[in-house]
Amino acid sequence: MREDSRSVPETVERFLDSTLESVDSAEELTVGLAERAGFAEDDLMKIGLAVRESMVNAVVHGNRYNAHKKVRLSVSRNGTKLTVQIADQGEGFDVEQLPDPLADDNLLRTSGRGIFLIRSFMDEFEIRRLETGGMQVTLVKYSESK
Amino acid sequence: MSVKLNTRQVGDVSVIDVAGRITLGEGSSALRDALRELVGKNHKKILLNLGEVSYIDSSGIGELVSGFTTVTNSGGQLKLLNLNKRVKDLLQITKLYTVFDVHDDEASAVRSFS
Repeated sequence: MREDSRSVPETVERFLDSTLESVDSAEELTVGLAERAGFAEDDLMKIGLAVRESMVNAVVHGNRYNAHKKVRLSVSRNGTKLTVQIADQGEGFDVEQLPDPLADDNLLRTSGRGIFLIRSFMDEFEIRRLETGGMQVTLVKYSESK
Repeated sequence: MSVKLNTRQVGDVSVIDVAGRITLGEGSSALRDALRELVGKNHKKILLNLGEVSYIDSSGIGELVSGFTTVTNSGGQLKLLNLNKRVKDLLQITKLYTVFDVHDDEASAVRSFS
């Protein structure tokens, strides 16, 4: 009997250039893996957007489009749990200093909503500064499929 | 091209039909340029028809906000038309849904401009 592919753990790792094309690639790769794992359409949209926002942060704010810096993308699925890690090689920043995009004074800001959207769409979110420099985010989403 | 824009006039209201993806890069900058062009030509009543927008990220939302601010500061009005569920949900969770004047019908949207 053929084993259901959803039950086979899957991990993919890539070192991506600091370009907007890499943002598209990362989103496509992650959504593809999540789709094979049986995530619902609405969850696929949320996962895709969360990965896109994380990659943009890494490429634009972390690595600043530096051609000599890479973004490490790791996507793994084990059972119903999808884990995405994205790490840049930038200088890092203090997460506590990020302004609240929902505060009245910040509502009409043209940027600063990325991390808020990631937190909103994923079940778990962690962001930390790496010892080697740069930032790493870990995004987790659980599917409801059995 | 990731986004396709079509600008037309309905009376004194400028309608921009937006189709595709409004994301960082080509999509968001195209929208920004289209809005700046209208403001530069002193168009005061602008309606963004987002009915065919398949995807928007935080940069796209930023361009909507930037456009709103630019048009408002120039004495004009910018309104939104035909939000699909995805765009509506994003504007709601970012508390921007009540900032914009949102319509489901073009005729009533056009009439709403003062």
